[in-house]
Amino acid sequence: MIHSSFSRRALAIGLLVLPLSLSAALAQDGKPTIGPPGFAFAPKTGADLYATVCQGCHMPGGKGAVGAGMYPALTNNKNLEAGAYPVHVVVNGLRGMPPFRAMLNDEQVATVVNYIRTNFGNTYTDAVTADDVKLARSAN
Amino acid sequence: MGSETQHESGMSRRDLLAMVGMAAGSAAMYQAMTSLGLAGESTYRGSPNLTGAPKGTSVLILGAGLAGLTAAYELRKAGYKVSILEFNERPGGRNWSIRGGDKITELGGETQTCGFAKGHYFNPGPWRIPYNHHAVIDYCRQLGVALEPFACLNHNAYFHSTNAFGGKPQRIREIDADLRGHVSDLLSKSAQQDKLDESISKEDKEVLLAALKNWGGLDNENRYTKSAAAASLRGYDRYPGGGLAGPSAPSEPMKLQDLLKSGLWRNLNNFFQFEHQNTMLQPVGGMDMIGKGFAKQLGGLIRYNAKVTEIKQDERGVTVTYVDQKAKGTPKQVKADWCVCTIPASILSQIPTTVSPKMKAAIDAVPYVTSVKVGLQFKRRFWEEDEMIYGGISSTNLPINTISYPSDNFGSKGPGVLLGAYQIVQANSFALASMSAPERIAFALENGSKIHPQYKKEFDNGVAVSWHRVPFTLGCGGMWNPTTRKEHYNNICQIDGRMVLAGEHVSYVNWWQEGAILSALDAITRLHERIVKAKA
Repeated sequence: MIHSSFSRRALAIGLLVLPLSLSAALAQDGKPTIGPPGFAFAPKTGADLYATVCQGCHMPGGKGAVGAGMYPALTNNKNLEAGAYPVHVVVNGLRGMPPFRAMLNDEQVATVVNYIRTNFGNTYTDAVTADDVKLARSAN
Repeated sequence: MGSETQHESGMSRRDLLAMVGMAAGSAAMYQAMTSLGLAGESTYRGSPNLTGAPKGTSVLILGAGLAGLTAAYELRKAGYKVSILEFNERPGGRNWSIRGGDKITELGGETQTCGFAKGHYFNPGPWRIPYNHHAVIDYCRQLGVALEPFACLNHNAYFHSTNAFGGKPQRIREIDADLRGHVSDLLSKSAQQDKLDESISKEDKEVLLAALKNWGGLDNENRYTKSAAAASLRGYDRYPGGGLAGPSAPSEPMKLQDLLKSGLWRNLNNFFQFEHQNTMLQPVGGMDMIGKGFAKQLGGLIRYNAKVTEIKQDERGVTVTYVDQKAKGTPKQVKADWCVCTIPASILSQIPTTVSPKMKAAIDAVPYVTSVKVGLQFKRRFWEEDEMIYGGISSTNLPINTISYPSDNFGSKGPGVLLGAYQIVQANSFALASMSAPERIAFALENGSKIHPQYKKEFDNGVAVSWHRVPFTLGCGGMWNPTTRKEHYNNICQIDGRMVLAGEHVSYVNWWQEGAILSALDAITRLHERIVKAKA
């Protein structure tokens, strides 16, 4: 088991030419980060943003969860293929999921979406940008 | 479910309004205000009198929270054949109290076993009832649920800020008295210097000066000073004693500048908001006494552990598919003529349901708010024994926001259970919601010990509930904004074929139990009219 997960990780890092910031995100574990009072989230890295904003519902490791309703797993998630979709969902919310437009800035949305799209078994390396987030803001 | 105002870090409906303003433009503020119920009064006019129910007509109710239970109680009284499907193995839904021995499993699989002593509890959801929530109180009356005072404003509890008074907690009494005193002092000066002459007449001026002296605790020169008058409001350095113990000595008011700079005055008005004014109430023994009271009346009509997986309807009736969470096995079906669905929109939006496109869009338009509460049991009631705090709420800019002391068992020698953290809606509520339960408890202890140094020595055990991880709601309540309210609210209230929705999310009193009950009464009254008309 140890061997196989090690080689899979090596494979991922070796084969995908990731931007520096993304490969850095891969190497660290995020932590739920308490910030100043108010609505704006403080974290800046993808791992910390995920751990603070997303993992309360989508769970550590993007596993998702099932009860009377469910939170979709983000692991190996085909809906993440087009980067504009997760950007739209984070900005505008989806069904029970709250919109984060007033709580995350453009850079933070792009960072956390890029983190999710390159972790949890997802290998979508076409990074989204703050400009993509601006588009999603105006779409709704 | 209600929310609490604390310092600049706290979260209240007013803060929520600020957020709505930020997201939707401040011109929409008044509309948001009315939609949150701040400007209104409960519309409760007593139990409905539903007559003429066609014999044998069946109504299936989905969810045994306060909305579903109210609907079942009233519809059965009206003569309908009623049954309820409920996901949990208990009644009440968010009307919920946690006691020793209870197991709580959150989404993600983490299970806590509550270790509270017998007779103690923690309400992770609704925890106090405003005197103006007439429906909740009236159903308590009807069901024989005993109520007792919930101490909300306690003049001897604390306002605390890490940025003020060296981080030393201040008694609410002192902040209240000093704000009044200094404002009265300033206004008196202005009046005496004839600076208010454009606003008041000469006769009124004399009365105003008298009122300010009285209300502000001013001395004989109409100044706010270290005086008997000020001490009668803010308290004493030495309280008058018996025998030879001596007379009183007044305390020294804080300086106006220090008071203003501290920001602690921001916390005050929370206690004077309509829904937080005295007298607030709580059921004796735990908030869940209400759900249990309903369930006692409804006997065997509730099927527990039933996870609804599909809701189908046609012109003849409604068919609901569910899976028994205990027995598992093949899905089962229940048929009825009509359906009242109180499943939270967060979950209903994921269940295949035969409804109109407008209704579906409305169900999909309600995000659910995050909230975290932590209950802490301490070995002794040090807040009472050491600090003379009997019930009430302390507010802080620390990310726990709130410490609320139990309003029952005053003076008892055993342990006590505090609300040790309450975060809602703001960014830090998500951070707390993302922690494991032991991390949340440790966080509440670490922060709370800055206000009560006894915390670490006296801590016994705790439970923490993250509402986004609660399997039956996926959040603490539905959130509308002026745009979604305008576009979808009317639609979500409609009778759609043979189904009508109810719950706090189908009300203007969001997050409160009153909203759930009022919504149910409105829905079943209209449904009953529809049924009677259809048969006529």
